[in-house]
Amino acid sequence: MLSRTADNLYWLARYVERAEYLARILEATQRLTSLPIAYIRESNEWESAVATAGCAHAFFEIYDEANEENVTDFLAFSTANPSSIRSCFEVARTNARAVRTALTVEMWDAINGTWLELKRYGNGPTSREELSRFLRWVQESSLRFDGSAYRTMLRNDAYWFTRLGVYLERADNTARILDVKYHLLLPAQEQIGGPLDYFQWAAILRSVSALTSYHWVYRESLKPWHVADLLILKDEMPRSLASCYENVVRYLDDIAVAYGRQGPSQRLARGIRTRLQNAKMEDIFQNGLHEFIQEFIADNNRIGGTISQQYLA
Amino acid sequence: MPVAFDEMSGVDGQIRPAYQQLSAWLSEVRPDVLDYRRREAELLFRRIGITFAVYGEADAQERLIPFDVIPRILSGPEWRTLQRGLEQRVKAINAYIKDIYGKRECMRAGVVPEDLVFQNPAFRPEMNGQKVPHDIYVHIAGIDVVRVDADTFYVLEDNARTPSGVSYMLENREIMLRLFPELFSRHRVAPVENYPDELLATLQSVAPNGAPTEPNAVLLTPGVFNSAYYEHSFLADKIGIELVEGRDLFVKGEMVYMRTTQGPKRVDVIYRRIDDDFLDPLAFRPDSALGVPGLMAAYQAGNVTLANAVGTGVADDKAVYSYMPDIVKFFLGEEPILKNVPTWRCREEEHLTYVLDNIEQLVVKEVHGSGGYGMLIGPTSDKATINVFRSKLKATPKNFIAQPTLALSTCPTYVDAGVAPRHVDLRPFVLTGRDKIRIVPGGLTRVAMKAGSLVVNSSQGGGTKDTWVLDG
Repeated sequence: MLSRTADNLYWLARYVERAEYLARILEATQRLTSLPIAYIRESNEWESAVATAGCAHAFFEIYDEANEENVTDFLAFSTANPSSIRSCFEVARTNARAVRTALTVEMWDAINGTWLELKRYGNGPTSREELSRFLRWVQESSLRFDGSAYRTMLRNDAYWFTRLGVYLERADNTARILDVKYHLLLPAQEQIGGPLDYFQWAAILRSVSALTSYHWVYRESLKPWHVADLLILKDEMPRSLASCYENVVRYLDDIAVAYGRQGPSQRLARGIRTRLQNAKMEDIFQNGLHEFIQEFIADNNRIGGTISQQYLA
Repeated sequence: MPVAFDEMSGVDGQIRPAYQQLSAWLSEVRPDVLDYRRREAELLFRRIGITFAVYGEADAQERLIPFDVIPRILSGPEWRTLQRGLEQRVKAINAYIKDIYGKRECMRAGVVPEDLVFQNPAFRPEMNGQKVPHDIYVHIAGIDVVRVDADTFYVLEDNARTPSGVSYMLENREIMLRLFPELFSRHRVAPVENYPDELLATLQSVAPNGAPTEPNAVLLTPGVFNSAYYEHSFLADKIGIELVEGRDLFVKGEMVYMRTTQGPKRVDVIYRRIDDDFLDPLAFRPDSALGVPGLMAAYQAGNVTLANAVGTGVADDKAVYSYMPDIVKFFLGEEPILKNVPTWRCREEEHLTYVLDNIEQLVVKEVHGSGGYGMLIGPTSDKATINVFRSKLKATPKNFIAQPTLALSTCPTYVDAGVAPRHVDLRPFVLTGRDKIRIVPGGLTRVAMKAGSLVVNSSQGGGTKDTWVLDG
């Protein structure tokens, strides 16, 4: 297929995934800040939300204060933020239009419908209820798009590049959540923590739809190292770094088989997966959780670049 | 203005045979049904994303063309005459272009004046003496036809560059089939849905000699901001060929390749929807990023087919138009089957005098204008506008032609006030391959939605209708 088509599909999937992630962050933050004051730490959750979205720098160029109004506007509706939910959907739709011939009718319908509906929200909801509805709608739109792709696409390179976009973006998102909250995930003896953290952990898990899964896997109350274990190493947790890389390797292999040739991105991805498979939680904490995640984010970026070079340029 | 011929009720109110069923149906159908279906159709168009862009209208980057739910019907015999006329016309156009860039016999014989050719901005000196694969220049033509009475069709315009609108022909039919199955069951409507297949066969048939048995054809678009982008992606999709932009292609060793995830792939035929000027920054406009550097060199080396060929615009401006009947006679030795609208060439002195004297009754058009811009409709214009045109005519007479105000036929059309006659034209699409000429029965009917208006262009608020050719 055309390199540009593959590139568009890859980014289309990434942007839809990113929109969903932003909606999840906003939802989790909204939930945290609605706790009675006694349950909230000193930290500013809205500032943390901007950091988790990876756009603190851009945010503070425009705003002085990270409060609910500013952050919601910036992450959800701002046209000045190229990674706001609105911008994500607009870029996704522009990409979709550019590669309509590579999309199934259902995928086009999902993304175009989302884009049309987006206009109904104007410059943003006026109430908290409306914001909640909006955030649910974003997540449902992403689900619908992803589901349409999953159900209707031929299993060929178009599909595989789409999936690569989903999993690289998802791995990046999970890693970022962990990185911003890593101080919460340090082992208990580190003296940070206490009963209040419970809600923070719950919020982290909720932001990646993993709260129930946590209980199924560990059958205990929330423990930070379990949270880290679940989101980094557990294969069965679909947003974990390990699971994302199972998929990245798989789809890169599918492409290599179809094209009869493999290259640097296959090798790099396999290396990252092996590292995740061999890692132990104790070692990760020993050597520094933050460092581990930082390295992963860098690796994940590198593989994005390698895929681009190998196939999309 | 003379009274217009109505395609359904003629001039005397007698329902014409092809419209008997439709007329009966219209008298039965409740107005709210039509209204409901119209809204449904609009929703479908919006949903599928069948839009077009109007340049210079910021808020209307993607606009819908109004769709009329009442079909326009042509009888089998009417269509067969049209079809023969269209084939003849396009054959003559091809022969004419070949001659212009080759032996130039028509100029020597005085059929067409030289300056008309050489001073034509669409004339491409790069094409002089250049051979094109299988001598075909205009692979895809859109010939605009209007009707003035029961027996007379006039050709209004020959579009020999990159005619658009065929996606509307196809989508209009799809939507009609969905919304009015009962109306179809009363008719035998010849299908148009094989157009993409015919187009593909045409493109593949014109690949350069030496291309693989299944040549790689692509559709070259200027990109998503082009007004016809929807059509480009739609066609590429239906045909199953790649929709490429200039940046997807590159030329190496006078061969054209496209960039794919598996490395470079050779391209044999390019159905280009980019104007000549933008095809190749090395050969034409250096400031354009839409095209492919080196494409002309590959073309001139005979390694790729461009559909349509470079320089076909030399055959489709309005000044050349007036010579078309002579061109048909000269190259084919036949009487033209389709008539031309009588045309005064303002470049000729007596014609200019006549036009200036009778300007209130005439339509004056710029020779190179399109889309309904730069024209004067005498009978409906005010004095000031007429005077502006008078001075333009005197300043550069050869930029203009003039025609009588035609009583374009009307068709019943569903408008806010109910069903009412509105003026229509018709653009059938003629495909010329190495093996034969293909025309699917029908075309794009454009309709002026405003009462009395003769302007059917979509950029001026015109709408479209499904066009039915009855079997038998």
